[in-house]
Amino acid sequence: MASNIYMRSTVASNVLEVALAKAMDTDLIEVNNELALGLSFDEMKAVQAYFKSENRNPSDVELQTISQTWSEHCCHKTFRGKILFDGKEINSLFKTYIAKATKEINAPWCFSVFEDNAGIVKFDKGYGIAAKVETHNHPSAVEPFGGAATGVGGVIRDILGVWADPIACTDVLGFGPLDFDYNKLPTGVKHPKYVYRGVTAGISAYGNNMGIPTVNGAIYFDESYTGNVTVYCGCIGLLPLNKYAKNAKVGDYIVIAGGKTGRDGIHGVTFASAELTEKSEEVSRPAVQIADPIEEEKLKRAIIIIRDRQLASATTDLGGGGLSSGVGETAERYGCGVTVELSKVPLKYQGLAPWEIYISESQERQLFTIPPENLEAVLAIFEQEDVEATAIGQLTKERRLKLTYQNTTVANLDMNFLFNTYTTTKKATLELPTFTEPEFTEPTNLTQTLMQLLGTPNIASKESVVRTYDHEVKGNTTLKPFQGKYAGPNDAAVLKPLDNSWKGLAISCGMNPNYGKIDAYWMAASAIDEAIRNNLAVGGRRIALLDNFTWGNPEKTERLGSLVRACQACYNIAKAYRTPFISGKDSLYNESPMGPVTPTLLITAIGIVPDIRSTVSMELKAPENLLYILGNTYPELGGSEYYKLKGYLGANVPKLHMNKARKNYYNFTKAISNGLIKSCHDLSEGGLAVAAAEMAFASNIGMTLDLKAVPNKAITRNDFLLFSESNSRFLIEVSPKDRYDFEALMKTSCALIGEVTKTEKLQIHGLNDGLIVDAELSELRAAWKKTLSVEI
Amino acid sequence: MKTQEIKVCVMRVGGTNCDAETARAFQELGAQAEIKHINELAKHNNLLDYNMLVFPGGFSFGDYVRSGVIFARSLNTKLGKQMKQFIDENRPILGICNGFQILVEYGLLPGFEGTSQYPEAALTTNVPQGFKCKWIYLKNENKGKCLFTNKIPQGKILKIPIAHGEGRFLFPVEKEKQLLQKLIDNDMLVFRYCDENGVPANGVYPTNPNGTYYDIAGICNKEGTIFGLMPHPERAMYWWQEPDWTNKTHMTQYGDGKIIFENIINHLKNP
Repeated sequence: MASNIYMRSTVASNVLEVALAKAMDTDLIEVNNELALGLSFDEMKAVQAYFKSENRNPSDVELQTISQTWSEHCCHKTFRGKILFDGKEINSLFKTYIAKATKEINAPWCFSVFEDNAGIVKFDKGYGIAAKVETHNHPSAVEPFGGAATGVGGVIRDILGVWADPIACTDVLGFGPLDFDYNKLPTGVKHPKYVYRGVTAGISAYGNNMGIPTVNGAIYFDESYTGNVTVYCGCIGLLPLNKYAKNAKVGDYIVIAGGKTGRDGIHGVTFASAELTEKSEEVSRPAVQIADPIEEEKLKRAIIIIRDRQLASATTDLGGGGLSSGVGETAERYGCGVTVELSKVPLKYQGLAPWEIYISESQERQLFTIPPENLEAVLAIFEQEDVEATAIGQLTKERRLKLTYQNTTVANLDMNFLFNTYTTTKKATLELPTFTEPEFTEPTNLTQTLMQLLGTPNIASKESVVRTYDHEVKGNTTLKPFQGKYAGPNDAAVLKPLDNSWKGLAISCGMNPNYGKIDAYWMAASAIDEAIRNNLAVGGRRIALLDNFTWGNPEKTERLGSLVRACQACYNIAKAYRTPFISGKDSLYNESPMGPVTPTLLITAIGIVPDIRSTVSMELKAPENLLYILGNTYPELGGSEYYKLKGYLGANVPKLHMNKARKNYYNFTKAISNGLIKSCHDLSEGGLAVAAAEMAFASNIGMTLDLKAVPNKAITRNDFLLFSESNSRFLIEVSPKDRYDFEALMKTSCALIGEVTKTEKLQIHGLNDGLIVDAELSELRAAWKKTLSVEI
Repeated sequence: MKTQEIKVCVMRVGGTNCDAETARAFQELGAQAEIKHINELAKHNNLLDYNMLVFPGGFSFGDYVRSGVIFARSLNTKLGKQMKQFIDENRPILGICNGFQILVEYGLLPGFEGTSQYPEAALTTNVPQGFKCKWIYLKNENKGKCLFTNKIPQGKILKIPIAHGEGRFLFPVEKEKQLLQKLIDNDMLVFRYCDENGVPANGVYPTNPNGTYYDIAGICNKEGTIFGLMPHPERAMYWWQEPDWTNKTHMTQYGDGKIIFENIINHLKNP
């Protein structure tokens, strides 16, 4: 220990003074490690230089404040820093790709993008929709229930942070295989089954207890998630746009409200910005917070009342970095300085050092700026809701961050130094691994193959989990996760948020991690297309996107290279589809003793349904209706569920023909508007055969299809036509009376491939006329429901 | 009384979360429904300004102890006197889901001999265990005592969703047969879980979704003024809340839950 560096502060007994002035380079590294600052050597040098210029030593409070503010989690060094790639310098991935697409699309309905806790788009009758998706991977790996629950709690507070009333949650989860061999599990890695149970229970507990419906999501299984569980928590909110108050000014009080502050959640952000090791359990357990959804429910009530009475000038949630990021960022955003008296912060128990109070990430806390004349009214509202609220400081004119503890100054930093973060330059290389297409003969019994595919964990019904989430509370969920008497999977959820409007909100997602093993560019492109496709399928349009990256360590050049590729796809595809990104988040350093996470991009799509009465669901409606396929099928089975079932990865990952797709989507949406579509299902994992089976067994109405009629590019095998996962395709049900209108509108983009029958069977004719799939719907359904249905 | 004069109090505490849609159901039918925090009612001492009281669904105080027990105790402490008068005057009280649990914990349901000091029944952990959100069928078993269902024909089947983890209604096991008989004799049994044809579940999962005794989903007190049920009629108010509306060729304007709200409003109009 660099003991001669630390001195008890002369001003406060629970504060250390760190003698950086005399520190050697080796001391700097030691201090960084011992205080768990998570800073780079260059950053430590910059800190040392700053305090030299101030002619004094820093306190531990100051060092921790800088550490939090500069962490990857808070300032996104990778996405906002420089990257050397392919001989060129990319100045900020975020600006060059993600934000650029949004800027160039320049949609007039974007109200606030990338600048606040959540993105906001305009909705109807003066209301806006706020959306945010977060990752909570590291905490969920250490403590699945608490990690997932606080992930939900955190993203709900992000929505509250833009003054919106949370109306829906979405959750996309990635686990290792549930039958993973215990003997192969490295020390410190929890078994996927344990993680699966804990995470899903945590999500259900938080959302249900707060009374916010969990309406959309996905569960994905991949080997790489064994050591790196992937937990995306999303929340959608509704707000009257004229009540969106963000105008804090000098003199406003800083008020903290909600839960008390404790030692849970210390160094959460530094933990999130490092790799998981076998010691993570021991070292980082305190970084996971403890969830109390009812505290947040009460907080939510108070926030909505304060919003409606327009008593506050700004709010932000206290998440990663706790007060240190909430207080600092608030002052920075409004061009102020700030003073805070740390001893006023309500504590769970005594004995916290000032630095712990300042960086604790205890849950259910929200920060407000309140004009002095409104303070009394605001505190009265909190009291009525049984929420503790305390004024702990004030915004100041002088641009300094001043923290006191029992009236003694324990930190006094120049705001410009604190927020002029250090730009890093990282190197990225592109290493596209070479894969080959597998060679195997077409199975003789394709009915059996389809059954197997329906039972694979990624395709199988997730009903046993989804039913533990309340997806109907608030009474506004008009298209639910499951459809039809036999609960087939809908492509997206539709909400009716306003009592006096028929306008709906379609919420969907897309994620194809398996493609990322082959090429991150097409993985990202496919995720975007899938999210949009799912949204369009139910009648959504005017779509806004959210991007959430879960990647490995960006210090490793090839990991960063694939991240650059994925960002390039984000720009290209979003631009082509005119679907702006409105919010996003990255979680990097997802590495465990079992290796890096499969590069995973989750795309969440928020669309508008002009009138919910025209919503389209996925189950077949009536015999004799016609079945059309939209889009072309290519021999693209690389990364597909079919190849996976056969034990292969393959090379031909699905690509995107976006100009053609955009045109098709336009006509398709028109067909929905004209009421020509009876049901529709997106073709994704498992391709045409799985989509057809799901549509049929959802309502127990059969269908017959003819593969010869399926438009394709040089496919000569039945199995490839059945299971190819080519993008931009739908299976569509049309009434015979609408045949002419539908065909006139869709022209050659759609092909008639079959019809709905009176049988309770799925029958598919192959390229040589013979019946290649002939299955009872009840059997298909049983195969689909069995895998995850039992208590595991 | 005219419909628009009827004042309904939807009471909430921290963790109540179905208040807005419950109030909306009454408002849709023309009554005045106000969502009031227990602290507000205690402060203004005005519970008796209302003709009717509703305890909506949610997780009051987190339900970390027995579901509903903390709400019931604090209700007794903060509003005990007003509650007694409200009950003595036979003003209607409705408890949905967590609200049902609160009524049982308060001793109002079943309330064989009026308000009991200790709960006479329990709403406990589902079997199979766990929270479940799904649509189920209910059969009206009441012969006309319950003010919330007396215009619904006996035997009528309603499709309404449930969303709970603790909805298994139980009597003390040594007295269950005797108490059930009493419940039936006094016409206090209101809803049982059944299949789509009205055949009672007879305890078989998933038609009986939570292992509840005698498929009980809702009961009333012996005056018929206090009614508790686990399913959520406010989530089956409009056609677009139904799970299968996209499959219907002929649309009804409302869902099956409406009839319960309508019934009590009609009673208040013409007592």
